[in-house]
Amino acid sequence: MTQSKLNLDTQKIDLARELSKLITRPVNNYIAQHTTVAIERATLRMLGADGVTADEVPVPNVIVNALGDKLQYGASKYYINALLRKNMSIEQLNEAIADGLDITTLTLTDMALIENKATELVTDFAHRVKENVNYRNDRITACKEKENAPLLYLIVATGNIYEDVKQAQAAARQGADIIAVIRTTGQSLLDFVPYGPTTEGFGGTYATQENFKIMRKALDEVGNDIGKYIRLVNYCSGLCMPEIAAMGAIERLDMMLNDSMYGVLFRDINMYRTFVDQKFSRMINAFAGIVINSGEDNYLTTSDAYEKAYTVTASQFINEQFAYDSGLPAKLMGLGHAFEMNPELENGFLYEMAQAQMARELFPEAPLKYMPPTKYMTGDIFKGYIMNVLFNFIAKTTNQGILLLGMLTEAIHTPFMQDRFLAVENARYIINNTRDFASDIEFKKDGIMQKRAQQVLNETIAFLEQINEKGLFDSIEDKLFAEVSRPKHGGKGFEGVKEKAPDYYNPVYDYLEVELGLKNKI
Amino acid sequence: MNNMIRPYGDTLNDGAVQLSFTLPVPHSAKADEAARQYAHKLGFAEVEVVHSNPLSADFSFFVVYGKSQHQLDYDKIEVEAVEKSMDFYEVNNYIKEHIKRKVVVVGACTGTDAHTVGIDAIMNMKGFDQHYGLERYPMMEAHNLGAQVANEELIRKAIELNADAILVSQVVTQKEVHIQNMTDLVELLEAEGLRSKLIVCAGGPRISNKLALELGYDAGFGRGTFPENVASFIVEKMVERKSQLLLTTNQQLFT
Repeated sequence: MTQSKLNLDTQKIDLARELSKLITRPVNNYIAQHTTVAIERATLRMLGADGVTADEVPVPNVIVNALGDKLQYGASKYYINALLRKNMSIEQLNEAIADGLDITTLTLTDMALIENKATELVTDFAHRVKENVNYRNDRITACKEKENAPLLYLIVATGNIYEDVKQAQAAARQGADIIAVIRTTGQSLLDFVPYGPTTEGFGGTYATQENFKIMRKALDEVGNDIGKYIRLVNYCSGLCMPEIAAMGAIERLDMMLNDSMYGVLFRDINMYRTFVDQKFSRMINAFAGIVINSGEDNYLTTSDAYEKAYTVTASQFINEQFAYDSGLPAKLMGLGHAFEMNPELENGFLYEMAQAQMARELFPEAPLKYMPPTKYMTGDIFKGYIMNVLFNFIAKTTNQGILLLGMLTEAIHTPFMQDRFLAVENARYIINNTRDFASDIEFKKDGIMQKRAQQVLNETIAFLEQINEKGLFDSIEDKLFAEVSRPKHGGKGFEGVKEKAPDYYNPVYDYLEVELGLKNKI
Repeated sequence: MNNMIRPYGDTLNDGAVQLSFTLPVPHSAKADEAARQYAHKLGFAEVEVVHSNPLSADFSFFVVYGKSQHQLDYDKIEVEAVEKSMDFYEVNNYIKEHIKRKVVVVGACTGTDAHTVGIDAIMNMKGFDQHYGLERYPMMEAHNLGAQVANEELIRKAIELNADAILVSQVVTQKEVHIQNMTDLVELLEAEGLRSKLIVCAGGPRISNKLALELGYDAGFGRGTFPENVASFIVEKMVERKSQLLLTTNQQLFT
């Protein structure tokens, strides 16, 4: 960590964190009292539920649908009860459910027996995830030298997992450290996770457990070949947040986009639903050592990046608090922001750098995720390439953790193979050429950049105060973020939220709470 | 007299063009020669492969210059004349004067497309590049439904809000899916008997007026469109339709 360049007032930073605590507290109270269909399905998956019916309905959905109002007690006990009552293996039971067995009508056996069996199943899950974490840590340590700093993040999006593999392997060979497989548009609105390998999607590829497995294997293969650990990213957002987290934990994904605010604002997902889902999904990600990426960058695609910079910073503070509340350490918080100021803006580069440096200083341990220009990208690929140069330069100079590479053909088409190559070349040139620039410069005292950062921090605090007064949900309703309004009870998925009964039972949740040190914390 | 033209490098009619492309072959001298011959097949003479690079074990990237042998007669090029559109104030005054009520516009990025950049630029209060969006127009009631809106949902909303115009945005699409999606909307509107009652416009970087008209839209707006261009078109079209309607009614009256 370089020393402060911006001369920010630490008391103000502390105040922003205090306000974030106040803002998240009532939301956390609501979260604690509720479960959702997605949380229950995720729990079932972690206990072993898998497979689909002849009509392609996933087994976890079959169980949750059959439970109806019994969901308030948690789905786990019914699934475990069926294992005991039927004396079946996990595989046998999954098959039987896929074939039509309704486990919700079986008489419940002694709770002590269920708890014993639960411990066994949770231990199996935990063992697998811990092995994944150890493997990843070992590989990253062994391959550290070849990593780029920031890590270079590239996207593949063909719709066909086998074609994705080719593109991803090529991208890794070209120098990418991180590969994200974009999901097919609209998957975030599905209230189930599709099954098996898929070869058709629009603007992306379905997130399925099998697709995760196929891509994981492909990246390990190329990684071992070139002596690097290639990180795999998917999208833990939308209506299946916790389920995707569970699948990612099992299949050793390394990063997840995981931000409920994004779902609310840009996918019109109900806020109660997704905040409850987010908590559990982040607990799973924390346990699996998965870096989350938050989506503040998206605000700037609808709001002006200069005028509304404070909304990004405020949201980062709130996201940080929610992440802590889910057991995520700072090193797993890929808080997001973006290079989206109007290129016509005089001194825009200085304001972008001030903002990026401020994020760095406010969240010193977080592997910040920096997003490239998109809003002002046009068909002028030459200008686009230069904008990406400035973006990469700021990313390096302000020590960003994760650099999502800009494509010169952004806004024209999904990237060609050569577009990714040019993007990596661009970034590596800058990373190498300006390697120690950051530690060799200071910002002028009371200069444009210091003043700008201080001003945004002040605006952030005023904004957080406003949110705290209104409450987070009302603030979203009143268009305070991204100039988008979402009604509290509107959007998709609200019917999937259930109040927990006093004897609600979720052995995975209980286990994770203890493992993550969350018990009695909130 | 013909006005034959070719691309211009540094001398009139030299036909100079720069190209970059990828071939699915390993990087080698043979690959460079393949790129050169390929450019030659495209109709370029004096082809120079100035740069090549491996993209992976099986793909190579090339930067190529060549001199095009083709030319065309510039005088024979026809395009639809771009009409000068009204500005923010003129549009609002025009509505006050000719329509005398708020004009209701419903917009969405439809189908699987998740990119709201286009529809936001046209509709959001803030607008784009200092040009106010339709939400800011006092004489318009603009509803931006956001992204991934199904055609059926868009129509349902248009009926519910008693819309005068529908705006459809298609930004990033794959395998030409936007064409099918745009066609479906028009067919649905026709099936519901709504097509003639609504002004239907499409917009996006790959949408041209020509394409939109072919697909049965009233207009298409491509790159560089500002909110006032769309607003002008809608209100003028509404007035034009109304006067045509009056004309037909009068004719019927007289026959």
